[in-house]
Amino acid sequence: MTSSNIRPASDYPPGGDAFRHRHLIGIAQLTPWEISYVLDAAEEWVDLNRSGAAKHDDRLAGLTIINAFFENSTRTLLSFEIAGKRLGADVVNMHAAQSSVKKGETLIDTAMTLNAMRADAMVIRHGSSGAVQLIADKVDCPVLNAGDGRHEHPTQALLDALTIRRRLGRVEGLTIAICGDVLHSRVARSNILALTLLGNEVRVVAPPTLTPPAMERMHVTTFTDMDEGIKDADVVMMLRLQNERMDGAYLPSAREYHALYGLTPKRLEKAKPDAIVMHPGPMNRGVEIDSSVADDPVRSTITEQVEMGVAVRMACLDILTRRKRGVVGWN
Amino acid sequence: MELKPLHITNAQLIDGDTPRPGSLLVADGRIAAIDPTDIPEGTETVDAKGQWLAPGIIDLGVFATDKPAFHFGGITRAALMPDNGPLDGAGLVERAAKGGKPDLWVHPLAAATKRLEGKELAEIGLMKQAGARAIATGRARIADSGVMRRVLTYAASLGLVTIIHAEDEGLTAGAVATDGEMATRLGLASAPAIAEAIAISRDLALVEETGAPVHFRQVTTARGLDLIRAAKAKGLPVLCGITPAHLLLSDTAIGDFRTFARLSPPLRSEDDRHACLAAIADGTIDILASGHDPRGPEDKRLPFAEALPGMAGAETLLALGLNLVRDGHISPGRLFELLAATPACLLGVDAGKLAVGKDADLILVDADTPWQVDAKKMAAYAGNTPFDGMPVQGRATMLWKGGLRIR
Repeated sequence: MTSSNIRPASDYPPGGDAFRHRHLIGIAQLTPWEISYVLDAAEEWVDLNRSGAAKHDDRLAGLTIINAFFENSTRTLLSFEIAGKRLGADVVNMHAAQSSVKKGETLIDTAMTLNAMRADAMVIRHGSSGAVQLIADKVDCPVLNAGDGRHEHPTQALLDALTIRRRLGRVEGLTIAICGDVLHSRVARSNILALTLLGNEVRVVAPPTLTPPAMERMHVTTFTDMDEGIKDADVVMMLRLQNERMDGAYLPSAREYHALYGLTPKRLEKAKPDAIVMHPGPMNRGVEIDSSVADDPVRSTITEQVEMGVAVRMACLDILTRRKRGVVGWN
Repeated sequence: MELKPLHITNAQLIDGDTPRPGSLLVADGRIAAIDPTDIPEGTETVDAKGQWLAPGIIDLGVFATDKPAFHFGGITRAALMPDNGPLDGAGLVERAAKGGKPDLWVHPLAAATKRLEGKELAEIGLMKQAGARAIATGRARIADSGVMRRVLTYAASLGLVTIIHAEDEGLTAGAVATDGEMATRLGLASAPAIAEAIAISRDLALVEETGAPVHFRQVTTARGLDLIRAAKAKGLPVLCGITPAHLLLSDTAIGDFRTFARLSPPLRSEDDRHACLAAIADGTIDILASGHDPRGPEDKRLPFAEALPGMAGAETLLALGLNLVRDGHISPGRLFELLAATPACLLGVDAGKLAVGKDADLILVDADTPWQVDAKKMAAYAGNTPFDGMPVQGRATMLWKGGLRIR
């Protein structure tokens, strides 16, 4: 099922025109064919990652990748680190908690410092929307956004699209419900952009206090009733609910949220019989999602998403460093 | 120093709705005659070469005393907001008032409450004696309605107008943009535009009850302007103002996280912008000001939500005002009511008009010459203009303060 999805290279513009960006800041800058180009490239890395014990491809050998994470992360950082290392790059991680950021150095100064160390690519996560763009404008190497504030998390949307495509055979013409704290979620924003761009019907299911304004302008339909929102959906995409949202400011309590918006097996019956359930992790079991749903091997794609994450990030690192590596046609 | 009388000839005088040919005589720092027939011995003559002769701009509500920018912009008097300091004591006010000498008038606006915290009345009476021309709530409103009511009545008893920033703090907490597609796409915390109307309606109720005069420094939404319009129809002592940014830009200007377009109140929707243009045309808006707030890279070269709000506006105020004239929203005469006559009236200073006896704070305006706004080449001590790169027309070519040529 999977390989039939990969389009032949002749379907894409030649060389660097297939992906005309120096950085990967957001889905907002991408075209549908650029997304599918990345997904096709990632498919090949899935195969490598699954093959035997030695998973090395040394095309990035000698290149230095800095993962600069100004906000805590375990899985995204690990995923990028593994992706870089599988491609043979020297990967260095910088955690904000241990860095001079805490000593009052400005973001731009930190970026210039990293730049002076001659990184060949930077992967950046920051708690403030637009921060990654700000850094990208100042440095000489490709910058990959690993999440900025509530703005975008493009590799997450790409890995979600790849997961959907592999599970359902396509990622167009589907009905996809994105459920939960959309207001504070960069995952939701990037997914809304990617999935609408690829031609899916996207619904946003959230309490009114966690629904961003002007959602209709992003070509999605909003629902406050979970049962209605996931009715006949092909994909139910759950979002993580931060604990601090449940203290009364946005939501009365965790148990009320579970009662109204938690994904239970019974509630999932409203969706299509073969609908898949996604979650970017980490999960709050028993709050936004029941364990029996999360652990259902047929419906849940949660571990597969993690696997696709490494492949997608390998594809992105490969594509964005092609100019630097002098790959023919990429200049 | 004894000033020679000054005769400005061959000018287009802005003393009515449209410019008219004429000349003006200055003696002893004041306007001595308009279209004089009798020119005293030893008078210096300046040929205006057909340029507009207008009252110097009185910029109501600036955040810094930035002389080069004010002089470039044709501004002869600046009413300084109380935020830096803050200006909550007589000594501070007196020092601020002297900050422009000798070539710029600075009129301090006193802090309404101690430390601008919105809790205790500041020494408004002593600050008035020290030179404060009005009081202001600063960059935020006074949240406590009881404190606000006492501030209004107390200031009114001293003959001072209270200048208000109108945003409801509950709705705007943490917000850096107005609710809408742009804020949602950029992932920025935003507040609904009605935060302004809610704040205005509380204060209008207090004005109606106390009769205290107020000026809403910036009214930027359709609903807020509707409330002001209705209050004026009732005869309440209410004025309101705006900056060119809210007339010429909407929230699309914050795209790409442009921190120079991070303002307080934030830029609004296109619909609200059109309502502002209608309100400046129909007379609801009384004052056009720059909101001059120069901020260097340490405050602006940051992620959007961490950057401080504010723009350097003094240099572009006149040119952008002339935009409104060229687009047919207002007449040249009305522009200078917005820029000079009404602010003078609010501050109680004897200037702001081409009339005999007024202080000779004057500018010559070349209304047509094109130039381009360039954030890197501004006279202000920081170039944080949201209009960077915009082609504009018109600038002040000469400036007199009290009959003394400044540039």
